[in-house]
Amino acid sequence: MASLDRVKVLVLGDSGVGKSSLVHLLCQNQVLGNPSWTVGCSVDVRVHDYKEGTPEEKTYYIELWDVGGSVGSASCVKSTRAVFYNSVNGIILVHDLTNKKSSQNLCRWSLEALNRDLVPTGVLVTNGDYDREQFADNQIPLLVIGTKLDQIHETKRHEVLTRTAFLAEDFNAEEINLVIEKRYFSRENNQIPGFPDRKRFGGGTLRN
Amino acid sequence: MSFLIDSSILITTQILFFGFGWFFFMHQLFKDYEVRQYVVQVIFSVTFAFSCTMFELIIFEILGVLNTSSRYFHWKMNLYIILFILVFMVPFYIGYFIMSNIQLLHKQRLLFSCLLWLTFMYFFWKLGDPFPILSPKHGILSIEQLISRVGVIGVTFMALLSGFGAVNCPYTYMSYFLRNVTDTDILALERRLLQTMDMIISKKKRMAIARRVMFQKGEVHNRPSRFWGMIKSVRTSAPGSENLTLIQQEVDALEELSRQLFLETADLYATKERIEYSKTFKGKYFNFLGYFFSIYCVWKIFMATINIVFDRVGKTDPVTRGIEITVNYLGIQFDVKFWSQHISFILVGIIIVTSIRGLLITLTKFFYAISSSKSSNVIVLLLAQIMGMYFVSSVLLIRMSMPPEYRTIITEVLGELQFNFYHRWFDVIFLVSALSSILFLYLAHKQAPEKHMTL
Repeated sequence: MASLDRVKVLVLGDSGVGKSSLVHLLCQNQVLGNPSWTVGCSVDVRVHDYKEGTPEEKTYYIELWDVGGSVGSASCVKSTRAVFYNSVNGIILVHDLTNKKSSQNLCRWSLEALNRDLVPTGVLVTNGDYDREQFADNQIPLLVIGTKLDQIHETKRHEVLTRTAFLAEDFNAEEINLVIEKRYFSRENNQIPGFPDRKRFGGGTLRN
Repeated sequence: MSFLIDSSILITTQILFFGFGWFFFMHQLFKDYEVRQYVVQVIFSVTFAFSCTMFELIIFEILGVLNTSSRYFHWKMNLYIILFILVFMVPFYIGYFIMSNIQLLHKQRLLFSCLLWLTFMYFFWKLGDPFPILSPKHGILSIEQLISRVGVIGVTFMALLSGFGAVNCPYTYMSYFLRNVTDTDILALERRLLQTMDMIISKKKRMAIARRVMFQKGEVHNRPSRFWGMIKSVRTSAPGSENLTLIQQEVDALEELSRQLFLETADLYATKERIEYSKTFKGKYFNFLGYFFSIYCVWKIFMATINIVFDRVGKTDPVTRGIEITVNYLGIQFDVKFWSQHISFILVGIIIVTSIRGLLITLTKFFYAISSSKSSNVIVLLLAQIMGMYFVSSVLLIRMSMPPEYRTIITEVLGELQFNFYHRWFDVIFLVSALSSILFLYLAHKQAPEKHMTL
């Protein structure tokens, strides 16, 4: 399998937002039946055809590293988690649309993950306050995903989605809001549309 | 007139306590969650407010502040309200929120939470049977029935916590027990963790490719309307899926290993931090305190054993005994009444403050460890229940530390409970808890370096 290249993507977010379900959905094309707490890190692999159908088609392995825990964990847990943040090609930030705090914690998550790479250049982030400058020269692509859209009442959806649109802009990231609902994926043979390559996105939000 | 003034003072302090409970809830417990059900927050703050008022009334009793009759009235009112909250409201809401979480019973959650509450009441009542907690002359519907049972639960919990705390405190403070951890140990473990992750990834890659190949092959043959196609797909998929199951089992084992390695690495980092902390001034100070606490802990265990073996419950409180000793043996003369009041105030005050602070810290730690976004409401209510019962039984036990002239109001208000029983029960549970904590910590301590050395 040496002919296939590897791409390492971190999936970060608070406990209970749906990271493990998301990863399972992307890699196994099935809804996760019994989600439970992730201890440490769980990895899953998706085979992806980059630029499918064109002459430059290449098949990649996308490794989705789903790191468990909360942003306010003890510092010993944070130091242990830091070992997973090496040589990352992309970061997916997951937040729960029904829980505002999980969106607020996203910038702390991204700072925790990116600090691993910023340390050699000597940039120290002391109080964790959000600052757009810190993300300005960030080379690693970020994707913000909001989950549990179906649990929000119809009337409030617009307000929630506008708030999250601002969030994505702050990160200079692309955004998707997902409904991970069972009835969409009931048949085994059903394959979800291929997860498009991040670099091909235009601006704006997509609704799946 | 004075009654109105007293009542307004007490109500103002109650509102202050309520505000403090609200603040604590918002900023400590529910830091990472969004408060959707304000009922939970209100119940928690109300329980906290009324519990603290009880302590406040004890302090007022000692200091002689406010009118005696208004104090007595407020004691009774407070007690009724707290019992109402602890026996009716909180258990009902716990049942209600549990039912709301379960999908199946969501529609009839009111009905099921009532059923759950009735079951709780049944067991709660049954709790009183094996214990000799009441004098036989009380009727079935008196307040003493409820208080006695709440007291038993609360005292059990207090003693468990005390026992474990008494043993754990020196163990964590003293650096004698710290294992030696070097950076190379941590690096070696991290390398193992990453290697395990790489192995998991390579196996999952094989599985993904195999599934893709099967899917592509299957697409050609698999038409559900064709009978032979179905038979063929059943036959050809057999060897492929067998392979997959084998690899899946290997992956499960590796994932379990990676979780264990993660937890061990986190443990090593924590120990390293503690070693660094012990080299600072604060660390040295706590180390010194640790030696004191270990002596205190041994003494307490010894006293508990003596109390049980010799069937002795202390008749006098520490304040009066201390004064007796100083007057009789050391010959120092001073105004007994005046000093006994102030010293008991300070002593009781310290006990109250440390127990409230200790309980809040423990509750917070517990909450962080076990809650998730679904169960946070239920857990906070459980903690409010425990907190209320804990405080009520503190009042029961604190009676022992007060001179006789101040004990009267507690005896009057709480009725004729067998207070001696509660002290005996506390000693027994304390002893059991302390000894099992020693055993548990000893085993955990022994096991860790062995695991470490096999790496």
